[in-house]
Amino acid sequence: MIDFHLNSRSGVAPYLQLIRQVRQALQLGLLREGDQLPTVKDVAGSLAINPNTVLKAYRSLEYEGLAAAKPGVGTFVTKTVSDQSVVAHQRLSMELSAWIGRAQQAGLDFEDMEALFQRAARAAAQEEAV
Amino acid sequence: MSSTTAAIEAHGLGKRYGHRWALADCTLTIPAGHVAGLVGPNGAGKTTLISLATGMLAPTTGTIEVLGGLPASGPGQLARVGYVAQDTPTYAGLSVADHLRLGAHLNPRWDAGLARRRIEQLSLDPKQKAGRLSGGQRAQLALTLALAKRPELLILDEPIASLDPVARREFLQVLMHVTAEQELSVVMSSHLVADLERVADYLVVLVASRVRIDGEVDDLLATHHLLTGPRRAAATLPASQQVITDSHAGRQSTFLVRSSEPIIDPAWTAEEVSLEDLVLAYMGPSSGSPQEQRLEVHQ
Amino acid sequence: MIWLTWRQFRPQAIAAAGGMAVVVIVLAVSRLGLASAYTAAGLSACHAHCATAASIFLDRVGNFDKFLDFGTVLLLLLAPALMGLFWGAPLIAREVAEGTHRIAWNQSVTRTRWTIVKLGLVGLAAISTAGLLSLMVTWWASPIDAASLAGGSAQAGTGGNGVHITFNGFGEARLDPVIFDARGVAPLGYAALAFALGVTVGVLLRRTLPAMALTLVAFVAIQVLMPNFVRPHLLPPAHFTAPLSTQHGQVGTNVGTGITDIQLTGSFAKPGAWVLSDTVITPSGAQPSDIIMTPAGPEFTVLPRACTPTPGSGFNPVPCRETLAAMHLRQAVTYQPASRFWPLQWIETGIYLLLTAGLGWVCVWQVRRRRTP
Repeated sequence: MIDFHLNSRSGVAPYLQLIRQVRQALQLGLLREGDQLPTVKDVAGSLAINPNTVLKAYRSLEYEGLAAAKPGVGTFVTKTVSDQSVVAHQRLSMELSAWIGRAQQAGLDFEDMEALFQRAARAAAQEEAV
Repeated sequence: MSSTTAAIEAHGLGKRYGHRWALADCTLTIPAGHVAGLVGPNGAGKTTLISLATGMLAPTTGTIEVLGGLPASGPGQLARVGYVAQDTPTYAGLSVADHLRLGAHLNPRWDAGLARRRIEQLSLDPKQKAGRLSGGQRAQLALTLALAKRPELLILDEPIASLDPVARREFLQVLMHVTAEQELSVVMSSHLVADLERVADYLVVLVASRVRIDGEVDDLLATHHLLTGPRRAAATLPASQQVITDSHAGRQSTFLVRSSEPIIDPAWTAEEVSLEDLVLAYMGPSSGSPQEQRLEVHQ
Repeated sequence: MIWLTWRQFRPQAIAAAGGMAVVVIVLAVSRLGLASAYTAAGLSACHAHCATAASIFLDRVGNFDKFLDFGTVLLLLLAPALMGLFWGAPLIAREVAEGTHRIAWNQSVTRTRWTIVKLGLVGLAAISTAGLLSLMVTWWASPIDAASLAGGSAQAGTGGNGVHITFNGFGEARLDPVIFDARGVAPLGYAALAFALGVTVGVLLRRTLPAMALTLVAFVAIQVLMPNFVRPHLLPPAHFTAPLSTQHGQVGTNVGTGITDIQLTGSFAKPGAWVLSDTVITPSGAQPSDIIMTPAGPEFTVLPRACTPTPGSGFNPVPCRETLAAMHLRQAVTYQPASRFWPLQWIETGIYLLLTAGLGWVCVWQVRRRRTP
């Protein structure tokens, strides 16, 4: 089971926050295949948010293949993030920390680094589309 | 549950007291299956619209239909709509248990189990007289009364305005939980957008007795943009971008525009608008005179 | 809806029950004493010409019971007003003033049903309470009423002199305007009317205290207007004329002051009747301008010459009597006979019940109007 929380000031849409939290939990191994996600009414009731928001998040997770709804029972996790992927995440994390260190030495602040990342990400996305 | 019947449908609805129009020229369709927020400053007409929807007032002009029927037009229609009025009234001399008995005697679809569970979860003493409950407890009791009736639509008039933050949160928690459980449609008014931001997925902005804008929250957020760029007059913007507010300082201009097309002009920095800023823009004095066309956002 | 009406009415019902219990006990104890005095005076055995025995009984009635006689009348006059004020006025006004109408009118019962059940149940309670009170008081007062009907009168009365029996203390007749409101079924009609009046005023004003004030004013107005202007004409009054006799009356002079005292006797003796007018008339039917009718009898404002004492020569009553006899004065009385008590009761109560129904309809109509958010 997972406990959701909401940061109303983060500027990120609530349903995206829910999706992100599920993904993070999967990556950290806190959620595994077959685990049931909390019911819509429980999430709506504990966070005091619109049930349609929760539905949107769950449907999005279904679309991504991370979860599946069993009518009348609930929504269940369908994919466990593999150990390999966890290792890959850890390696990428370390590389990122090293890069950040080098960027700071070059005199960039965090906003500059974010701008660099966004530009590179956009370029990569455009390449993929082509 | 039919989703083609609107929760509330009004055409040219108006209510006049003497010379003053408390609500004028109100045409909207609030869809069912949503939590609709009715937001606007005090005196804007929110309570008037709600009173017309619940059948407490009769229209001066126009029509209004609630779940496809005329408001309060008979026991069947009355049973489909739950109402929690402003300041969540309760009978001060009756106990909590008495209130539940009231509900049971006056409503054929009364869900005694739901009522009992709610009261237990709230740790309310059934023998306690309602006049001695705290504001938050009274609000919860009024909500329980309306929910255990098992309506299809729940209408609430500023239910949390006078509650402390904890009571406010608890009220909304219960409301959302039961809304999910019973697939309720909800129409809730408030003069603060912050109260509605978490729970509303449909919004109606009422200012000075008129509807300024209404639509699904997702659509509203997706089609409104805050543009900053070099100074220029509002009229010079393309026709597809409807200017809601504008401000100019030095060499910079800032516009809040509504546009269904993406903003691609590189001269502008386009940002998303928060719901609160969006509503404030429509509530401000520069957001258009009554003669201007009322904006609608369609899917 | 019945449960809710009862539950909201419960505190008032308990208060009324408590008050009634006190009244029942007090009256029951007093009645025992009255019953024994009644028998002791020989009235229970008397079937005709019981006036003397009746007067003996009435004189024997103690001070506390006399106070009760006055008090029970007051109670029966006040009870409808109190019910109108405390049961009627707040019935709907309080709901609207406190905002609970927003709960009541948004359950699954229509406003019509809500109004009718409230009006019906609490109205029934008001009528029943008044009925019970009236029953108890009539039962308690039956010995006194019977004695009064038999022609008895307590010391303060003048008896049999063509004088109508007034509310001058004790032993009055049932048809007396004030007593009438406190006997028979009249209190029920008043209770229903006061209650309906209270509810209607409450619905119109939508505030409890002003509604109570206005109800009181309106109800008192009805209680004053009805006996004085309407009731005398509900049934055609009876008429009585008979000569006024000088034979048995006194004609004398107070030598010192020179004022002549003339008393004429009439023959109007209808115990328990409600006298509407009592005048002296000449044979032609006109009212002489120099005679007025007082509670003590006809009085001359201008004395005939034959009855004026001549200074120095004393007073001779014989020419005065002859002059008076020659005038052939008659007494003309318009009255409602005692036997009209019940017919008048039923007619008047019927009128009140009709008014009550009309007010009830106004209530339902006003509640249905959608003008109170």
